Amino acid sequence: MSELLVEAAGLVKAYGDFLAVDGLDLRLSEGEVYGFLGPNGSGKSTTILMMLGLTEPTAGVVSVVGHDPMREPLEVKRQVGYLPESVGFYGDMTGRQNLLYTADLNNMRLGDAKERIDELLGMVDLTEAMNQQVGQYSRGMRQRLGLADVLLKRPRVIILDDPTLGLDPTGIQWLLGIIEELSTRQGISVFLSSHQLHEVQQVCHRVGIMSHGKIVLEGTVAELTEQTASGGFGLVLEVLGGDDGLMATLQALPSVKTCNRVGNEIVVQSGADVRAQATAAVIASGASLLGASSENRTLEEIYLRYFAGQES
Amino acid sequence: MRAIFWKELSDHFGKKRFNLMLGLVLVGVAWAAFIDKDAVVSGGTGSFYLDLFTTTDGVPLSLLSFLSFFGPIIGITLGFDSINSERTQGTLSRILAQPVYRDAVYNGKFLAGLFTLTIVVFSLGIAAVGVAMARYGLPPSGDETLRLIGFGSVTIAYLAFWLALSMAASIFLRNAVASALVSIGVWISISFFIVFAATAVADRMVPDVQDLADQARHTNVQLWVGRVSPERLFSEATGTLLDPIGGRILNPLGVAPERLQGLLMSPVSAGQSLQLVWPHIVVLLAMIASLIGVSYVRFMREEVRS
Ligand SMILES: Nc1ncnc2c1ncn2[C@@H]1O[C@H](COP(=O)(O)OP(=O)(O)O)[C@@H](O)[C@H]1O
Ligand SMILES: [Mg+2]
Repeated sequence: MSELLVEAAGLVKAYGDFLAVDGLDLRLSEGEVYGFLGPNGSGKSTTILMMLGLTEPTAGVVSVVGHDPMREPLEVKRQVGYLPESVGFYGDMTGRQNLLYTADLNNMRLGDAKERIDELLGMVDLTEAMNQQVGQYSRGMRQRLGLADVLLKRPRVIILDDPTLGLDPTGIQWLLGIIEELSTRQGISVFLSSHQLHEVQQVCHRVGIMSHGKIVLEGTVAELTEQTASGGFGLVLEVLGGDDGLMATLQALPSVKTCNRVGNEIVVQSGADVRAQATAAVIASGASLLGASSENRTLEEIYLRYFAGQES
Repeated sequence: MRAIFWKELSDHFGKKRFNLMLGLVLVGVAWAAFIDKDAVVSGGTGSFYLDLFTTTDGVPLSLLSFLSFFGPIIGITLGFDSINSERTQGTLSRILAQPVYRDAVYNGKFLAGLFTLTIVVFSLGIAAVGVAMARYGLPPSGDETLRLIGFGSVTIAYLAFWLALSMAASIFLRNAVASALVSIGVWISISFFIVFAATAVADRMVPDVQDLADQARHTNVQLWVGRVSPERLFSEATGTLLDPIGGRILNPLGVAPERLQGLLMSPVSAGQSLQLVWPHIVVLLAMIASLIGVSYVRFMREEVRS
């Protein structure tokens, strides 16, 4: 079984009364590319900040490469590369000098660092511009330098926060190509946040769709697209109580593909009608069934519901 | 922290602000070249190298006044944008994504600033003393050297206070201009307005001055309130260190002035002067430590959004 590199349970971030992240559960397995998708303001960046110890969770736990980012930040940061939403460099230094500083912060030996930097600058196609001051770089060049910066420390996991923001379609395709290559060739796990669902989902093994601080749908792209194609069945159960055992029972019902819980709501996606079996299972588990409704939450529907007018 | 220290240090010495510091050192040289040597030798405390810093003969104001005026500016210049510029540029998130503790970021920056201050103050002092020595002929005595080193150290502590203050401002205020203005505002208020504040407090506590005892109490209150200001601590401490005779009038422990009268007019040793100003140094260091503490508490827990 592959190791869990990111694991979050019941993660909450409150700003006053406002819940930017509202009880999030997340998992990123070794080798996986996870698409963390949602419109602007849905809480993606806040979640990422909590994964890196850049802001303190209000409640819940998060563990990255097996460590608590607030308690053992160095363990996390040695193995995790992070590309912030709008990456910044020292404008009065050249691209190469900026990377050398990052290497120094990572305690890399100078010889090793130089070799690695040249290699990475080649990969992101900045060899010619490497001795120019970053102040003169375009947005796309900065983003590419950011990617080189993230990879410098040879991370196991990279966390990219909305990296396609402000890139033209060619830039986006280039970036997605690199991500695919890092994942397949170098076995780097990728946590990719984006507000551009259509563009990004092609490289993701699994996606979670965020809305108002919650994951409203999660699954492999294959599952989700299959549902789109076949129609599938969606069932929303409103349940009080119930534990992991209930979730396992529901998951084990014939033709059930995914089964997710957000607060009191359990969403069951299946290939056939499982309403009778599912409601019986809830009652048998001792939990109270407050309501049940059929709903087809297909990917297309999700697109429309959460991303309408949000794609840029 | 090592990486951050060196990066910051090369920033301090690579940027335009370095010209300001170089200018300061040149001022020291110019002062030593222009003071009226003969007037200093015949008048003053009889100690040429100490008078070098306090005399106004041949120059518009004493080197000491110049330092107490421009020193804070140097301290503020080195710190006012240290954290908030990283935030505005978006480099702070990137640095904190590397395996460094947050306090290392603060410490590296503070120490680089402190190191720069030390270099500037000592270059200025050595340059001034060097030029003066070429004109005067005799080297400073052991006692003078000790006093000068003490003077340099107090000056560094004083500038470090302004560095710590402006760095705190750079943590609390996101905008570099705001942080510079607030730092300068604090500097002006505690350096100049403290006099009015001290008088006001003294007037309150000793409302009607009738005899000499009342007058002494009034002055005492004024003195103690004034010591809230690091500028006052600096000028009292340096005044004492640079003046073996007059400087002892300093009343740091609340000893009644009458008891000091009899001791007047015989110079004290550098060690005794240092003892007199020791409380000043400790208070100054405590002020620096509390500024660092406040900065830490805020910076360690704060959210770093890009
Ligand atoms: N410091 C803050 N104080 C109050 N609200 C905040 C703060 N930071 C972010 N928010 C709010 O939290 C929500 C989630 O923000 P964010 O995580 O940046 O979303 P995303 O990255 O998905 O666009 C937004 O509505 C934003 O306005
Ligand atoms: Mg965001």
